[in-house]
Amino acid sequence: MKLKDLPDENLFTQGHTACPGCGAAMSIRNTIRIFGKDTAVYVPASCAVVFGTTFPLAAWKVPFFHTAFENTGASIAGMKAAYEVKGKDVTVIGFAGDGGTYDIGLQSMSGAAERNDDVLYICLDNEAYMNTGIQRSGGTPFGAWTTTTPVGKKTQGNRTFKKNLAEIVAAHDIPYFATLSIGHPVDFIRKVEKAKSMKGFRFLHMFTPCIPGWKMDPAKTVEVTKLAVESGMWTLFEIENGEKKITYKPQKMKRVKDYLMMQGRFRHMSEEDIKKLQMWVCHKWNLNYNEKGAPGVCEIEPPEEHHGVTEEHREMHGL
Amino acid sequence: MKHVITGDHAVAIGAKLCRVEVVPAYPITPQTLIIEHIAEFVNDGEMNAKFMTMESEHSVMSAAAGASAAGARVFTATSSQGLAFMHEMVYATAPLRLPVVMVNVNRSLSSPPGIWVEYNDSMGERDSGWLQVYVEDNQEALDMVIQSYRIAEDKRVLLPIMPCLDGFVLSHTVEPVDVPDESLVDSFLSPYEPDVYLNPEQPAVIGMLMPPQYFMEMRRQTAGAVEAAKEVVVEVNREFAKVFGRDYGGLIDTYRMEDAQIALITIGTVTSTARKVVDDMRNEGKKVGIVKLRFFRPFPAEELRAALSGMGAVGVIDRSISYNGGGPIFSEVRSALYGMTMPVINHLAGIGGRDVTENLIMTMFELTLEAAKGGKVKEVIWHETRGETL
Ligand SMILES: Cc1ncc(C[n+]2csc(CCOP(=O)(O)OP(=O)(O)O)c2C)c(N)n1
Ligand code: SF4
Ligand SMILES: [Mg+2]
Repeated sequence: MKLKDLPDENLFTQGHTACPGCGAAMSIRNTIRIFGKDTAVYVPASCAVVFGTTFPLAAWKVPFFHTAFENTGASIAGMKAAYEVKGKDVTVIGFAGDGGTYDIGLQSMSGAAERNDDVLYICLDNEAYMNTGIQRSGGTPFGAWTTTTPVGKKTQGNRTFKKNLAEIVAAHDIPYFATLSIGHPVDFIRKVEKAKSMKGFRFLHMFTPCIPGWKMDPAKTVEVTKLAVESGMWTLFEIENGEKKITYKPQKMKRVKDYLMMQGRFRHMSEEDIKKLQMWVCHKWNLNYNEKGAPGVCEIEPPEEHHGVTEEHREMHGL
Repeated sequence: MKHVITGDHAVAIGAKLCRVEVVPAYPITPQTLIIEHIAEFVNDGEMNAKFMTMESEHSVMSAAAGASAAGARVFTATSSQGLAFMHEMVYATAPLRLPVVMVNVNRSLSSPPGIWVEYNDSMGERDSGWLQVYVEDNQEALDMVIQSYRIAEDKRVLLPIMPCLDGFVLSHTVEPVDVPDESLVDSFLSPYEPDVYLNPEQPAVIGMLMPPQYFMEMRRQTAGAVEAAKEVVVEVNREFAKVFGRDYGGLIDTYRMEDAQIALITIGTVTSTARKVVDDMRNEGKKVGIVKLRFFRPFPAEELRAALSGMGAVGVIDRSISYNGGGPIFSEVRSALYGMTMPVINHLAGIGGRDVTENLIMTMFELTLEAAKGGKVKEVIWHETRGETL
């Protein structure tokens, strides 16, 4: 499907109450457009429940279900089981946040993945618990301010690196895993369509900027996602039958600092912390693209150990 | 046809006879036999259900809710820690009006760890909006699975229901059970056809955020459905008796209450033992009777008042403790009998699986008789408990 051929009908309609520029709302709207009417949706506790379905108004034109927070995998599995026994051809999609996926919902997601339930799991990753007012999750990047990783006199921002969710999910040997970004619509559409054409447990990991959570300009959602990819903070790839394939490679690596400075959540970061994060990104870049990263950006050799190793880690583990 | 089977087996057969469509499952003693039997039925092709091996009880109830909302007839079973672990989802299910049937095989809740009967697990879900019925024997266990779908799916009710049976005393003990013909069950229970479900042809939104302007109405509707369940329970019991020839009395059942001077309120398997004790005491000329509490939700307050009016005293057996001085049934009964003047005595016994013997029940009757005569009897009695004096 070409961008211009996207169906006009919005099954997630205007009138929802997400903040202007919300990456999650944009991702939902465009995904559900591609899937069409024969779809049923589960959304766990997250911003998307509030902005899509606050009684008596609902933005959904496909069946919508919600019960709790940590149960997306099990809920969509149960819904699908019912459609299967009833002989109904309905695609079931769960749209869970990063908190609902990396952290509290990991077990439920893992169960559905391991059983290879015929559902689509989408993680809308805005890198913190936004609905409860911006708290750190396992998906929060190094250095980021959140209300539970405040910028204090002694400690500034989040001290750990973003969890490698892709490898955790892919380790379940599922049919399809892909990372997406709303700033790369051609790649986005292709991956959603591909997930639609497949059976079994499919996982789409969407990078979804959050305006208040990232303290950014609501007009810059697309720009920020683009810069995330160009800098290596987010990588567009897919894993099919255990094989990882990069689906978009930036021409030239941008500095992570360029990405960080667009967002208030990073603006406090010290040069030292930025360097640490840059090293982490360079190592990731190396693994993803099999090259060292741009000269002048990655001239500092990345650490030999796995990409999460920092001074903090060394101290923690007594290395 | 009569089969000599465990309570868990009877429950599994009941689920099969009800043609349940989705069964999310997770093991826990003493419930596990139920899901094992169902897995066998499914794998032998005797049962056409989707059996889902979930990774936790929280996920069991999440999948159950999802499947029920998508229009399927759902069955599952749990016990104790499992029920506690799914607590959040138990509360989530009822107000969404999802008529899931989940058998709870009663077992004590940690700490201390134990695997034997106590009602603290299910009674902790008292305020969730689930209906609860406690059974006396394996026959009633099977029969109440069948009745449960009729009650839960009734358009006046549309609530989940939890038939409860005593761990080990029933779950793992064989008794002769009359297994009804499939065709008879089919004539009694038609397929589940919800008016509203997650149907792409007519999209519905189930589980919206509910602001304060609307929240109380939703709670009121759930409360109304629990109240409406009273007459449905009675109707279904009556109709069941007509079709299957077994009458359980409805919300409560009574035994030799016609000219009784005192009554003991029983629940679950202790009722059978108490029936024998009543017969023995009647032979000695003591006018004692039993009120068997079947449904804990809806709570049969008026029915109890009617059955107990004129009693000299009432004894209440509790197989769990509420740490407020007495057991949960005692609190509810005393509140139901408010304004009536007879003494109400709480008999705590059998907690954590300790046997409740004929002798012990005889003691309960004697103490209740004593109270009726105006004797000094403690209001809450911990029976046969070390360090405790009567
Ligand atoms: C069991 C449980 N714990 C905590 C919460 C509170 N809670 C609701 S939404 C939410 C944050 C969701 O974060 P995320 O999954 O990242 O979604 P986002 O709002 O960021 O899109 C939390 C912590 C809850 N609803 N349930
Ligand atoms: S707080 Fe963030 S995730 Fe939530 S609606 Fe606003 S932009 Fe979207
Ligand atoms: Mg989030």
